[in-house]
Amino acid sequence: MEVYGRVHSFESFGTLDGPGIRFVVFLQGCPLRCRYCHNPDSWATNGGTRISVSEIVKKIDSCRNFLRSGGVTISGGEPLVQPEFSYALLTECRAKGFHTAIDTAGSLPLDQTGKVIDAANMLLLDIKALDNELCIRLTGSDNKNTLATLDYCEKTGKEVWIRHVLVPEWTMTSEHMEKLAGYLKKFNCVSRIDLLPFHRMADFKWHEMNMPTPLPGIKEPDQQQINSAKEIFSTVTGKYVS
Amino acid sequence: MNEEFVQGPWNREVNVRDFIQRNYTPYDGDDQFLAEPTERTQALWQQLSELMKVERERNGVYDIDSKTISTITSHEAGYINKDLEQIVGLQTDAPLKRAIMPFGGIRLIHTELEAYGREMDPVVEHVFKYRKTHNDGVFDVYTDEMKRARHAGIMTGLPDAYGRGRIIGDYRRVPLYGVDFLIAEKKRAKKEMVIDVMDSDHIRKREEIAEQIKALEELKVMAAKYGFDISRPAEDVKEAIQWLYFAYLAAVKEQNGAAMSIGRISTFLDIYAEKDLAAGKYTESEIQEFVDHFIMKLRIVRFLRTPAYDELFSGDPTWVTESIAGLSLDGRHMVTKMSYRFLHTLVNLGPAPEPNLTVLWSNRLPDNFKRFCAKTSIRTSAIQYENDDLMRVKFGDDYGIACCVSAMRIGKQMQFFGARCNLAKALLYAINGGQDVKCNNEQIGPAIRVLAKDEYLNYDDVMRNFEEITDWLSKLYIDTLNIIHYMHDKYCYERIEMALHDEEIVRTMAGGIAGLSVLADSLSAIKYAKVKPVLNDAGLAIDFITEGDFPKFGNNDDRVDRIAVDIVKNFEKKLASHYAYRRSKPTLSILTITSNVMYGKKTASTPDGRKAGEPFAPGANPMHGRDVNGAVASLKSVAKLPYDYAEDGISYTFSIIPDTLGKSEEEKICNLTTLLDGYFLENGHHLNVNVLVRETLLDAMEHPEKYPQLTIRVSGYAVNFIKLTREQQLDVISRTFHNKM
Repeated sequence: MEVYGRVHSFESFGTLDGPGIRFVVFLQGCPLRCRYCHNPDSWATNGGTRISVSEIVKKIDSCRNFLRSGGVTISGGEPLVQPEFSYALLTECRAKGFHTAIDTAGSLPLDQTGKVIDAANMLLLDIKALDNELCIRLTGSDNKNTLATLDYCEKTGKEVWIRHVLVPEWTMTSEHMEKLAGYLKKFNCVSRIDLLPFHRMADFKWHEMNMPTPLPGIKEPDQQQINSAKEIFSTVTGKYVS
Repeated sequence: MNEEFVQGPWNREVNVRDFIQRNYTPYDGDDQFLAEPTERTQALWQQLSELMKVERERNGVYDIDSKTISTITSHEAGYINKDLEQIVGLQTDAPLKRAIMPFGGIRLIHTELEAYGREMDPVVEHVFKYRKTHNDGVFDVYTDEMKRARHAGIMTGLPDAYGRGRIIGDYRRVPLYGVDFLIAEKKRAKKEMVIDVMDSDHIRKREEIAEQIKALEELKVMAAKYGFDISRPAEDVKEAIQWLYFAYLAAVKEQNGAAMSIGRISTFLDIYAEKDLAAGKYTESEIQEFVDHFIMKLRIVRFLRTPAYDELFSGDPTWVTESIAGLSLDGRHMVTKMSYRFLHTLVNLGPAPEPNLTVLWSNRLPDNFKRFCAKTSIRTSAIQYENDDLMRVKFGDDYGIACCVSAMRIGKQMQFFGARCNLAKALLYAINGGQDVKCNNEQIGPAIRVLAKDEYLNYDDVMRNFEEITDWLSKLYIDTLNIIHYMHDKYCYERIEMALHDEEIVRTMAGGIAGLSVLADSLSAIKYAKVKPVLNDAGLAIDFITEGDFPKFGNNDDRVDRIAVDIVKNFEKKLASHYAYRRSKPTLSILTITSNVMYGKKTASTPDGRKAGEPFAPGANPMHGRDVNGAVASLKSVAKLPYDYAEDGISYTFSIIPDTLGKSEEEKICNLTTLLDGYFLENGHHLNVNVLVRETLLDAMEHPEKYPQLTIRVSGYAVNFIKLTREQQLDVISRTFHNKM
């Protein structure tokens, strides 16, 4: 039976969302309200375009020659708010021989998401903040499910790239960074850590949606700050940090 | 002939390909062997850079020799710095001094000199009271209809007022055989010519061979002025480069052709280099020095051109296109150390638009070389890529690229360059009954039914009218080109370039189209949305109101991509149905160079939402901002355009900011390599790759002095960004940078 879902957009040349060149499907809908979100237009669960799995797979398959060292990433929004759709899409893509990844914040409970995670080759897991109180202030939700998702990956041996947004004054203090790095160190499933410096390139989207400028007063971190953050994460974890 | 090489048919006849195939050494290694620039190279480049700085300060022209009509032997030997130069020879007696070449048109020389505040030399002027030129010939014969169509800009950029170029002499023949052997072969060919009826074809051919022999004699005289006897073959790599350069130099002294491409020389030269390295005659550093000095010479080829020409082909291009790598017919790749050395000049001397370094890409090229290319592209944005797997089937393994995307067998094929016609404007003629709203509603095309008064445009009606307009246009276009090339052969024949061709050659008549994506999107709008014409006083459409959304070219959406494919197929078939001069084969290119800006200026608003005067996308590019599914989807759309129906090339210019290619340097290299593999596996034909930050370009507009060597690729060639007109700079910047959030 044909499975339908709601899609925000496509990026046929994704180079920052998993290994190699990736076809990225951005799904519509997200339970989080991150203060720095660069895609607030993907929040509403009833937005986007309704489209079937087979139609998407056809699009992806036609780009096969470009995806040989990469694959498919489902991102969002939060792809796991549409677990059945995500599951069907990942399963179809794997059946066609594509490497698959889920770009998620892991904010939903595992009893809903476990099966979807099992269906992918790897996870890009966005840990917003290790400090639960900070996480709530930053995103509107706690980090319980996220950390449980990471434990689940460790248990099942699923490869994970951690993503973490560096927000000056919020997450970019050495205390927070050292703590998070120390936490990640013990996970064998984590093969890489992607640090994403906060940027203001999406401010216009907030304005378009009649919302105030996000995180007013916070500056984009400079290269030196970014380098020292990288230094902390790579020294503490001994993992590849980019 | 050189006996240390593997012998074969090439010893008994002119057959450079055979020599290469029997003697070249494929190189699978990486770039570690490459040598740094020598002190001499650095000093010489420094000196040239300063001269070029002065050239820019003098409005782009360093100096003009307005007294001497340029021929192969017209000037005495000239040097940049005789003590430093390892490879010698200049177009005139001093570097960057431009020569006059009036056989294309004496009026042009007037305009050119006037543009740079110089006076016409009375003696030169006097000579051309008695000598007719190409330009005179063409305008003696043009019909009124042709003049009207040309004036309206439905056919534009025609080589009726400048040299046609796009002919590649097989300059390798000179080092391989020496000039005397080549003269003897030409004499033999003339003698053995079989003639049934002595008609104008045969008479012209005999005269041409006679001219070719004279040009070869002059070539020897020119080399002798520099102290070289090139009547014999070259004996080592230094001589091979020098001999080859003299042959090329003779061509650029004699012809101010739009594109003066050099062919496929690097792997040929590598054979000499390998021999010298093995014998211990030269070191790697010495060989790189010869290459660097040679490339410097190619970087300073200069022609005197008019401001009108610059508007079409901006940035003073010469298209010294060199084709690198590719595969041989027996399956070996043709990457040699010399392929690396040529590309390495972009590092040793810094980036530059010339020579136009073109990599003939195949998935089967060695990984090391692919990565080296990607790395060099990311660093310099100075390389273009073309699909060897697509071209090798048609042109064998000894073809080269003339100009930007035109493949031809070296020494066995030439083309009659035809610029292009404006198909977006043709659509407006289809809607407005052949009348041009940009030319006071004048009737330019056939007077067919005006569709503009319909409430909404009907797709079938528009297509029917478009058929009629393109039937008319294709015939007029080929007829016009027939006149141009007849006259070019008659009054401005490329003696030395054709002397380095076989006597029996294939000729193509290279037509072109501009505005493909504008047209495809416009037809898509008419088909899938509702398009309402906005009328002027004469009842003709000057604008359109489009209601609803429609698929746009560049999103891998077959609904519109198929429209684009059909446009190409249909127009090529129409061109092919007409008789072309010298029984040449009509072909088609989708390439605009920088003229997309000028075409846009001359075209009223179109149904796709493009407003009057706005530039077209260059070449086969989707219109900027309309490809919303990322670069791969965009490449997929362009790759669908059928090369079989656009054998003269399909140009796509791809610009990306470095961060979008990947996070680390290694990821960037891998992703670019995969992207190139993917595009060419999909049968894409040509790809310009720019890896640039938008801010750099903006800064370069304001502070050109900081960026003397900033090179970017535009449709089919590379330019010094700071040499573009401001209008073109803005166009480049506003165009799709594949740059996602």
